[in-house]
Parts: sequence; structure tokens; C-alpha cells
Amino acid sequence: MKPLDKKLLRDLWHLRGQVIATALVVACGVASFVSMRSMYNSLLESRDSYYRQYGFADVFTNLKRAPDSVAGEIAAIPGVAVVQTRVVAKITLDIPDLAEPAQGQLVSISPKDDQQLNRLYLIRGRMVEPDHADEVLISGAFAEANSLSPGDQLAAVINNRLRKLHVVGIALSPEYIYEIRPGDIFPDNKRFGIVWINRRAAAAAFQMENAFNDVSVKLEPQASEAGAIEAIDRILERYGGFGAYGRSDQFSHRFVSNELAELQVFGTVIPAIFLGVVAFLLHLVLSRLINVEREQIGLLKAFGYSNADVGLHYLKLAVIAIAGGVVAGILLGAWMGSGMNALYAEFFRFPIADFRVSPMVIIGAVVISTGAAAIGAASAVLRAVSLPPAEAMRPEPPANFHAGIVETSGMQKLLSTETRIIVRNLVRQPVKALLSAIGIALSIALLFIGFYFFDAIIRIIDVQFYHIQREDVEVSFIEPRPGRAVYDLAAMPGVLRVEPYRVVPARIRSGNRVRRIGLFGLSKRPTLRRVIDKDLNLIHLPPEGIVIDRTLAESLAVEEGAVLTLEVTEGTRPVRELNVVRIVDSLLGTGAYMEMDALSRLMNEGGMVSGAFLSVDRYKREELYSQLKSTPGVSGVSLPDSTLESFNETMAKTIGTSTTFLIGFACVIAFGVVYNGARIALAERGRELASLRVLGFTQGEVGKMLLGEQAAITAVAIPIGWVAGFGACLLITKVVDADIIRLPMVVSARTFLYSAGIVALAALFSGIIVAWRIRRMDLIAVLKTRE
Amino acid sequence: MVTQTADNESFVNANLTSTEPVFQVRGVSKIYQMGEVEVHALRSVDLDLYRGEFAVLLGASGSGKSTLLNIIGGLDVPTTGTVRYLDHILTDADDAELTRFRREHVGFVFQFYNLIPSLTALENVQLITEIAENPMSAAEALDVVGLSERRDHFPAQLSGGEQQRVAIARAIAKQPDVLLCDEPTGALDVKTGKIVLEVIERVNHELGTTTAVITHNAAISAMADRVIYIGSGEITQIDRNTTKARPEDLVW
Repeated sequence: MKPLDKKLLRDLWHLRGQVIATALVVACGVASFVSMRSMYNSLLESRDSYYRQYGFADVFTNLKRAPDSVAGEIAAIPGVAVVQTRVVAKITLDIPDLAEPAQGQLVSISPKDDQQLNRLYLIRGRMVEPDHADEVLISGAFAEANSLSPGDQLAAVINNRLRKLHVVGIALSPEYIYEIRPGDIFPDNKRFGIVWINRRAAAAAFQMENAFNDVSVKLEPQASEAGAIEAIDRILERYGGFGAYGRSDQFSHRFVSNELAELQVFGTVIPAIFLGVVAFLLHLVLSRLINVEREQIGLLKAFGYSNADVGLHYLKLAVIAIAGGVVAGILLGAWMGSGMNALYAEFFRFPIADFRVSPMVIIGAVVISTGAAAIGAASAVLRAVSLPPAEAMRPEPPANFHAGIVETSGMQKLLSTETRIIVRNLVRQPVKALLSAIGIALSIALLFIGFYFFDAIIRIIDVQFYHIQREDVEVSFIEPRPGRAVYDLAAMPGVLRVEPYRVVPARIRSGNRVRRIGLFGLSKRPTLRRVIDKDLNLIHLPPEGIVIDRTLAESLAVEEGAVLTLEVTEGTRPVRELNVVRIVDSLLGTGAYMEMDALSRLMNEGGMVSGAFLSVDRYKREELYSQLKSTPGVSGVSLPDSTLESFNETMAKTIGTSTTFLIGFACVIAFGVVYNGARIALAERGRELASLRVLGFTQGEVGKMLLGEQAAITAVAIPIGWVAGFGACLLITKVVDADIIRLPMVVSARTFLYSAGIVALAALFSGIIVAWRIRRMDLIAVLKTRE
Repeated sequence: MVTQTADNESFVNANLTSTEPVFQVRGVSKIYQMGEVEVHALRSVDLDLYRGEFAVLLGASGSGKSTLLNIIGGLDVPTTGTVRYLDHILTDADDAELTRFRREHVGFVFQFYNLIPSLTALENVQLITEIAENPMSAAEALDVVGLSERRDHFPAQLSGGEQQRVAIARAIAKQPDVLLCDEPTGALDVKTGKIVLEVIERVNHELGTTTAVITHNAAISAMADRVIYIGSGEITQIDRNTTKARPEDLVW
């Protein structure tokens, strides 16, 4: 081994505390990069290969009813490659251990060769036999939530007739990676599932022989989606088409894509934060080392080592210092990633969801962390290289303090001597102090983000479940029913109040912008389901015109007072101009609301209802549920309380896990910055501090002077961290798909307190470790030597 | 416990003055373990320092004089032997007690001044007056060393001699019982060194502070009440000067 390399190893050993602290930050950065990048790649790969292998369609639509021959017309549209027709309907399911009825989405499947799009992946059991009308497959998450297996029986109300269904298999479909009731935000797998039945049985149940009510289309690679959608809508217009839409409006696809987008952002931002801190820490450590080794550098150069030799020597040191962190980070990242993958598996159902760390990700991690190390080392190494040998061999001139702003402003009279020492040390190297503060601020920001998610979710729950969805039960009908259905519901056991609603599918248009919506007609004076404004006050729906959500307004580029064109795709398919009376800020979905009577007039129908919100005597719920189970025409009930419960469960787990990691990450950064800062301060000012000990200052007093600087930096970092955290949260609220959810920018006092408190504790802890070294300070040696 | 050689006994007796001893060093040895080699820095040293006297400890480098001063000053503990300061036995004290001893009773002056670079001259002195029980004012202390005009300068803006005078002001400001100076002129030129010695002499004379100066510079011994010669970890000789030279008359 060359002597210079031996020196390198010994330097590393000597600096081991700081090297380890830096390597820990590297490990966190690399781990977050590897886990999130790999998760992104794996999720994308799982999704795309699933779509490819199982023929996920490009364009979807449903309609009232069309004869099979219409499929040929659609297939003739230029750019259409494959057309798959189906029968799809809502059914009510009676799950043995569930009091309330569950809702099923009945989807027909054709014999293997005819099923070209949205093919099923069989997890367990077998496919349905073509001539067994009562055999069904059920979806994975639904089966799991209700502990259903092949061989179990399900009672179902299908088109007003009670049927017994035999579960023969559990399956997954690329259409339902995120298995959620269309229109919902949170999954409720106990009460919603997909039921696949063979085409002939479905057709028989719904009088759809030689007809269909659902179309999926695969396009040619270069085909225009918009063009195809328009053509399909034109063809299906007279068959009661509800409006075709592409993948971006397909529920499951939308959620998965949103998740991918978030992963991509987080997988870039979080590693960047860490590697920025790494560069700074290496800069600190190497600058100090090169100061100490000035004379050695001069000597090396005097003896004929080239600038390149010297520069490379310190660069090597930086790279080796992080090498352990990179390796640990890759391993940690792989482990974290597979954990994330397991969490995702609870939401997203793939046939195969392998988590794979690709060589490209590993190479990427090595390259960017080496790059960060090189950036951090650059200025220190340049300084070493540019030192003329003769100058290098002279000791560095003493620290040059002079009167600054504090002195000239007369502020120093207000400060104690200890405070003056701290302030002047900070002011003397303001860039270093600022960078340290930024490093600590970043860890505060990370925590801030973590706790903010809790705040946002708590807010959403509060708004959604305590101010908007105040009903105990929502009952939806398969088909709109006459208004008297309300009286039937009111007569059911335990029902205290019934508020009917009407929802009609429609296209809403402004200029050339168009969106598909479900337009809600709500009661004039609602007490259960309500539309509220930003301040949670009830909005009275106007007797004419429409109230729309801000997200919808923005996507249509309209403001209050604008006129929209509404094209209803149900019933007589009326087309009307509507005045936008009010735009409301809500957190979930993209809503459009009218007063129920106004909607009824618009539809030209006498008080039809699509369902109702009920307030129920809690002691009679069971009785009500069992009656609803056997009530024809009821497609399902949803219970906000149970949705909330299952949501809380999954969210608690997901956010709990990610917050734990964020806390760990933030502590590592805070520790790394404070520990390195204090160690270097101790090294630079060891003589000064030892002198104070000699002069009769206690270990505690000297410790305070040393750590006061770090404490001041931490104190400055707290507000910076809060601002940065707030900014990052704002950015995140923009990244999240606004059509799904608008994260409210609410931050609790707890978030402020915890983000600062945890980092302050981590800083204190690392400070104490360094202060501990004051005990071991050699008081005598320091008096004899000049720096 | 206290073992004395007949020779040492006679030195002590010969130099007894009417003043009481402030420090009593008895049988003090210091052994450093340097790898596998034992270094005897001090070998069973006995010594008294008397109230108000100006003592010079003279010896070559490596003679053990600094080790002795460090032990007296409560910076180091002997391997064997006892050191008594008035009625305190320093050799029984723990770190906290030694810290308090230094804080309350000892003023140190070092070869390299050891000023706090981030504090002005005045503030360096205030640093000590803030923690002392009965200090003189920091301004007064700077006045004693003749640096009133330079009080708002930072160490980097002061010459070596000025820095050393600030260090002396810092040492005397707490009105210590003893002033211990380790090679106070070691880093200074002759002219500046003399100014510093004058200051030390004046402190001893005007404030009556017991003063011990270690040096390898034999010329300085002329200004002492007593000169204690140290060689190879032992006190070899103690001389009492009948007439003390003034610092400006010293030649080296």
C-alpha cells in the first residue's frame, strides 16, 4: 500500500465519528432514492405488463342497451383495433357475516377466446363454466375483506330477483387494480366487490340477449383517443350512451397514475435533500481536515507530489467516507422498498407485484452520491491544491475577529460574554452557519411534511364525514324510482329522516372543454348530505342554475356567472344552458349540484329519485339492514362510519409507517449536521475551550459555550424549517391529482411543535455526545502548543 | 506520608521567612507512561511557596518545572505525594473541586497567551471578572497592565506583548492568591518581554500577589525573591536574592 493511502486510512479512522455521521445521511439519501425509484419502476412495470398481458382497454363507455351489431359499427371506426362488449350491472349482495347489504358490480365475461380485453387473472379456484349460470368469480380485495373462498355461496339480488351464486374462483382485473366503487375516494372492500359471471347468464338476467350495455375499446398505437371517443359517442347516442372516456378518466388507472406521479416527485425531492446535506457535511469535514493538514500538504508538495496527487488524495477520502453509506443505503432501500411494495399490495391488486431493484437504480445511486461527495469536497480540495508549498507549511494565521455589526451598533452591551463569543463565531463564518441552519431546517421540513399529512387527513375526515356526509346510511337504487320510494324508505325500521337525491350522468361543456360528471340534485333544506363552503357553512342551492366545485370550474375555465352547456346522457337526454351560480371549495371529487326540483324540471320528469340519505336509530340498524338486503331495486348501501373506520385503519398504517421513516430520516440529518458542526467547532476551538477550563470554567460552562453556537443555529433553523416545510406541503398539494383529492393546507400546532421538538432533541443528543469529549480534553498539552 | 530528604529539609529551613507558606508540596512525584517507557517528570519534590513572594522556577526544557507548576495550579495531579494549599489538600480534590480552586484562587499566564480570539481585550478580562467572587473591575485590570487604550481591540489586532499583558490583566483581575506564569516571555522579543516582566513585577509588588514564574531564561532569576533550580525532576538548589534587580536592568 502506498504511504499516501495509509495516511488516507488513518485520517478516516481518526475522523470516524464524523465519517459515520455523514455516512448515515448518505445511507438515508440513497435508501430513499433506491426505495422510491425502484418502487416507481416496479409499480410502473407491474401496471404496464399487467395492462399488456391482460388487454387493458383504452376507451370505455356504458350505455342503456344496444344490439350486438352495433359493435361492428364501433369496430369500423378508424383507429379502433379491438371492441369488447359486455353486460355490466349493479347488484346487491348478501354476505353471510355482514349485516348490511354489499354492492356488487356484475361484469360479464365471455368464453376465453372471445374475451379479448380486460382479461382476468385467476388467483384461486377456476374460471366459470359457460353453461353454469350461477357460477361467479369475485374480486381479490373483496374476497379477502369478507374471507370468501371458492366454494362459498353468496345470495344476490340481481335485477329484482334473489339468486344464489356459487363462488368458483377469485380473480383480478386490470380495470380494478384499485378496487373501489366508481365515484368513491376511499376503498370499502367489505361492501363493494366485482362479480364476474358468464355472458349468457348476465344477458339472461338483464334481458340483454344479443345486446350489450358496456363497451371497451383497444385503439391502434397511433390512433387519436379524442377522435375515437367522439365517434363512439356519436354511434351510441341513440342507444343511450353515457359518454365514452379514456384511461385518464378510468377510476383505477387514475389512482395508480396519481400514485406513480407522487412517487416520482418524492423519489427526486427527498434524495436531493439528503445529498445536499451530504455535500455540505463533507465540505465541513474536509475543510477542517485540510486546515489541520496544511503543513503536511506543503510538505508533500515540497517533496514533489503533484497537485493532482494531493487533490485526488482528498477526493478519494470523500468518496471512501461515503462508500459505506452508499452500500448500507442500497440495502436499506431494497428493504424499505419491499416494505412499501407490501403496503401498496393492500391498495393495488396486481397478478404479480415483484419489487425489483434494477442495476440502473443502483448505478444511479452510486453516481449521484459520488457526485454529491465530489461537490462537497470540491472547494476544500481546490484550496489544498492551490496552496503554495511554502505558505502551506506555515501555520494558518489566527482567527481574525474584528468589530462587526454587533459591536458598531452597540448591541454587545446587551449580551453576556458567552453570548458574545457565540454570536461572533457565527458572524465570522456566516455562510457556514447559514448552511448548517439550512441542513437542520431541511430535517425540520421533512418532519413537517410527515405531520402535515396527519393534519390534512384529519381535516378531510372532519369536513367529509362530520360536515358533508352526515347521514348514517346512503341507499342507492339500481334505476331511478318515483318519488314515493321515499315513503317506503321512511317506513322502514329505525329510519328517522329521509332525504332523497337524484344523480344524473352528464357531459358538461364550456367552449371546447368538456367533462363527464354526475350531477347531483339535493334537497332544498338538507340536514344530512350538504354542500358547504370553505368555512363549513351550508350553501343553499339556488332555485335555478348550478353550483360546481372549484376543481371542475378550473378544468372548464369558468367563473361564477358563466353559462355552461349540460348534456344529460340519461332519460330523454336533455341539453340545457345553465348558469354557474356559485363555485365551492371542497376537498374530494369534482362535484356539480342543483336543487332537486330544478333538476327534476330540467330532466322533465316528475320527482324521480336515485337514492336517499337516511338518518337511522342506531339500535334498529340491524333490522333496517336486513330489510334492505331483500328490498328489490336497492343497489347498495354505504355507511360513512364504516368507510371512515376502514379508511382510518389503512391510512393509520400507511401514514404511520411513512412518518416513522421520516422521523428517523430527520433525526439522522439533524444528528449529522449538529454532530459534525460541534465536532469541528471543538477541534477548531479546542485550545480556546481548554484555556477556559484552565482559567476555572467548569465543563458545563465550557460545554455551553461550545454548544451555544449549535443551539443558536438550531434556533435559527426552526423558523426556516417551518417555512420550507410549509412550502413543500404547498407543493405536494399541487402534485396530488386535484380531481381525486385536494389536500387542505391546514397545519396544526402539533406539527409545528413536533417538527421543531424532535429535531431539537436530536440536536441536543448529538451536542451532548460532543460535549462529553470536553471531559477528555488535555488541558496541559493545549497550553504548550500553538494551534 | 511526607518523606523528606535531609537536603531538602535544610533548603526549606534556610529559606524560611516570617511569612506563612501558601503552598506546601511534599514528596511529589509524577510518572508519565509513554508507551512502554516510564518518564519520571518529578521525583519526590518538596517545596513551599510563601505569601507575597516572587519565585522563579528555573530549569532547562524537560526539567519538570512545568509539571510542577501544573500540579500547583490544579491542572494536573501527582502520581504520589501531597500538595496543600492553605488548609486544602489539592491532591485529594476531584475535578470539580480543582476547577473551583483554579477559578477562585489561581491566576494563570501562559507562553502563548491563550486569549479568546472572539473577545476584545476588555471582554477577555470580563470573562473572568464575571465568574470571580471579589474581582477588580476589568478596566482597572487593563489599567494595571497599561492597556486601557487598547481595550476594544480583538487579539488579532494586538501585538504579542500586548496580548500577553491582556493575559496578565485577565489573570490578576480576580485578585488571585497566586499568579502562576509559564514562560510568560517565551514567545516575545527582549524589549516586549521586559515590559511584560515589569507588569508581573508590579502586580507582585503592588497587589502583593504570590507569584511563581517558570522560565529557562536564567537572566529573569535576578528579579526574584527566591530562585528555585529544577533539573531532571528534582529541586537541585534554592537561592534567596538579597537585592532584586529591576526588569529593565535585566540583560539576555
